[in-house]
Amino acid sequence: MLSANDLECVRGTRRLFAGVSFRLHPGECLLVQGPNGSGKTSLLRILCGLARPERGEVRWNDAPIWRIDEEYRAELAYCGHSNALKDDLTPSENLLAAASLCGQPASRGAAADALEAFGVRQLDALPVRALSQGQKRRVGLSRLALAARRLWILDEPLASLDARAAQALAGLVDAHLERGGIAVLTSHQPIELRAEVRVFAFT
Amino acid sequence: MSAPSFRAAFAGIVRRDLRLAARRKSEPLFSLGFFVLVASLFPLGLGPEPELLRRVAPGVLWVAALLASMLSLGRMFVADFEDGTLEQLALAPVPLVVSVSGKVAAHWLVSELPLVLVSPLLALQYGLPADVIGLLMISLLIGTPALSLVGAIGAALTLGVRGGGALVALLVLPLYVPTLIFGAGAVDARLAGLSSAANLSLLGACLILATVFAPLAAAAGIRIALE
Amino acid sequence: MSSGLIHWFRYASPPSFYPLAGRMTPWFAWLAAVSGAVGLWIAFFVAPTDAQQGESYRIIFVHVPASWMSMFLYLVMAGWSGLGLALNTRLSSMMAHAIAPTGAMFAFLSLWTGALWGRPTWGTYWVWDARLTSELVLFFLYLGYMALRAAIDDPRRGDRAAAVLALVGVINVPIIYFSVQWWNTLHQGASVSLTRAPSMAAAMLAGMLIMAFAFWMYSIAVSLVRVRAIILEREAHTEWAYQLKEAT
Repeated sequence: MLSANDLECVRGTRRLFAGVSFRLHPGECLLVQGPNGSGKTSLLRILCGLARPERGEVRWNDAPIWRIDEEYRAELAYCGHSNALKDDLTPSENLLAAASLCGQPASRGAAADALEAFGVRQLDALPVRALSQGQKRRVGLSRLALAARRLWILDEPLASLDARAAQALAGLVDAHLERGGIAVLTSHQPIELRAEVRVFAFT
Repeated sequence: MSAPSFRAAFAGIVRRDLRLAARRKSEPLFSLGFFVLVASLFPLGLGPEPELLRRVAPGVLWVAALLASMLSLGRMFVADFEDGTLEQLALAPVPLVVSVSGKVAAHWLVSELPLVLVSPLLALQYGLPADVIGLLMISLLIGTPALSLVGAIGAALTLGVRGGGALVALLVLPLYVPTLIFGAGAVDARLAGLSSAANLSLLGACLILATVFAPLAAAAGIRIALE
Repeated sequence: MSSGLIHWFRYASPPSFYPLAGRMTPWFAWLAAVSGAVGLWIAFFVAPTDAQQGESYRIIFVHVPASWMSMFLYLVMAGWSGLGLALNTRLSSMMAHAIAPTGAMFAFLSLWTGALWGRPTWGTYWVWDARLTSELVLFFLYLGYMALRAAIDDPRRGDRAAAVLALVGVINVPIIYFSVQWWNTLHQGASVSLTRAPSMAAAMLAGMLIMAFAFWMYSIAVSLVRVRAIILEREAHTEWAYQLKEAT
C-alpha cells in the first residue's frame, strides 16, 4: 500500500504544490493530471524517492520510504520521460543489462517475451539508435514486462505511442492491477483502462 | 523475484560499460592520445638533454597520466545521466555505491589501463632504465585506480553543471596531490637507487582510502544531481 | 533542558537568525578591532628584534595566525556543511557559504605574507616549503568550494553538493598536509623553511595568539554580515523578507 502524507514540493523559489495526500491499495490506479509545469513529474519523482519533498512523507506499507530504501526500490518500477536506453545496445541487450543492474539477471527468453509484449521483438537485430521515437518508447516500457514489481510509476507513458501500442500498454497496466499491483501515472492523452482510475488534478 | 545480488549488479554494470566502450572504439584512444601528447610536449619545452629528461621523467609521466585521467572524467557519468540510465541505477534495489564502484572499475579498465600499458614506451623516450620502468608501471597500476575513484567524486558533483572540465579540474586536482606525490616519489626513489617501499605503501594506503570513501561521496553526489 | 533545546532551534530558521546576527555583529567587530590593535602593538613594539632576521620577521604575527585561521575556518565550514546535510537545514548551509570567502582570504593572506617574509629573509618570493605548499592546496580547496557553489543554480542542490565537497575536502586536508610534508623531506634540496621561525619568546607567542583571536573575531563578524546578505538573497520571495523591506 502506498500512502503520501501532506507532500509539499518547492523548486527554486516556487512552491509547486502542498498538502498532497492519498492512499493507494493493491489494485488501485492513480492518474495525475494537470497543465505542464504544475509539478506532476516532481510528484512522481518524490514518490520514487529520487527527490525529497519539502514537507511530508511517502510511505510504503506504512514504513517511510527513506527508511526501507532498497526494499522499496525492489518493488518499484519507474518509467520517466527518458527511455533509459543505451543507444549502442540492441533492445534485448538493454533489457538484460537493466535486469542485471538490479542484481536480478534475466534470461534471454524472458527478455524476448518482454519485447514481444510491446511488439518490438522483431527489432532486436538493431541498436536502439536505429529505432524511431515510438519504437524506442516501446522498448523502454517493455522493462515493465520483464521484472515483476508491485508498484508502477509511469510519467507520460503514452508519449510517442500509436493507438495499438497504447492499447498494449493499457492491457499491461490492467493485468498488473488485477494481480494486485498499484500504478501511478500521468498522461496528457486519455488512457483506457478496465480498472477504475482515481484522478488527482493539479490546477 | 530472487533477492538482488550485489555481485551480479557489479558484474552487470562492468560488462555493460565494457560492451559500450567496445562499440565505440574511440573511447580509450582519447586519454591515450592525450597522455602521449603531453609526455611528448615536455621535452620540447625543456630541451632534449638526456640527463635532464631522465631526472624529470617520473614527475612528468605521472603528471601526464594524471591529466589524461582527469580529462576522461567528463565521460564517466554524463552519458548515463543524459539518457536516463543513471536514474535507473539510483532506483535499482542495489546500493548505489555498488553500481558506482562498478562504473568506476569499468572506466578504469577502458580509460586508464591503456595508460599503464603504454607508459613503458614513453619511459623509454625519457631514457629511464628497465627496473625503473617496471616500477613506473606498478606505481601507475596502484595509483590510477585511486585517481579514478577520487575523480568520480568530482564527476558526480558536477553532473549537468556549467563550468565543464575546468570546474572538475579545480575540484579534483587538489585531491590528486597525495597520490601524485607518493606515486612519482616511488619512481623517483628507485631512480636515485633508494627503496621505494615506503612510497608504494603510502600509495597503496591512498588507494584503500579511496576505495572505501570515494564511492560513498560519488553516490551522494549522484543522488544530489538527480533530485 | 527541553526549553533550552527549543530556544536554540528557534534560531535555526533564517527569519529569526537574521536579527540576531545583526545584533551580534558589532560585538565581534569591536572585539576584533581591540584585540587586533593589541596584537599589532605587541608585534611592532613589544616583541624583541630577532638576532638573525632583524625586523622583517615581524610579519609572522600575521602569517602564522592567518594560516591557523584558514585551516580552522575550513573545519568550521565543513562542520556547518555536515550539519546542513544531516539535518537538512538551510541556515547551516548558508553559514558554510558565508565562511568560505573569509577562509579563502586568510589562505591568500598567508601565502602573500609568506612571500613577503621570504623575500628579505631568503632572497626569493616563493619557496616550496611544506607549509606554504599545503596552504596553496588549501586555497584551491576553498576556490573549488566557491566555484561549485557558484556554478549550480538551484540553491538547495548547490548547498548539498558543496557540502559533500567540503566534507571530502576536510578528510583530505590532513592527508594532503602529510603528503606535502613527506614530499618536502624527500627532496632535501630545499633547505629553506619558513616553518623554522625564530625561537619563540613568550611575548612572540602571546602576540600570535592575540592576533589569531583577532582574526577569529573578525571572521565571525564578517561571516555574520555575509550570512545576512545570503539570507536576504535566498529568502527574497518570502513573506517576512517582504515585510522587512516594507518596514525599512
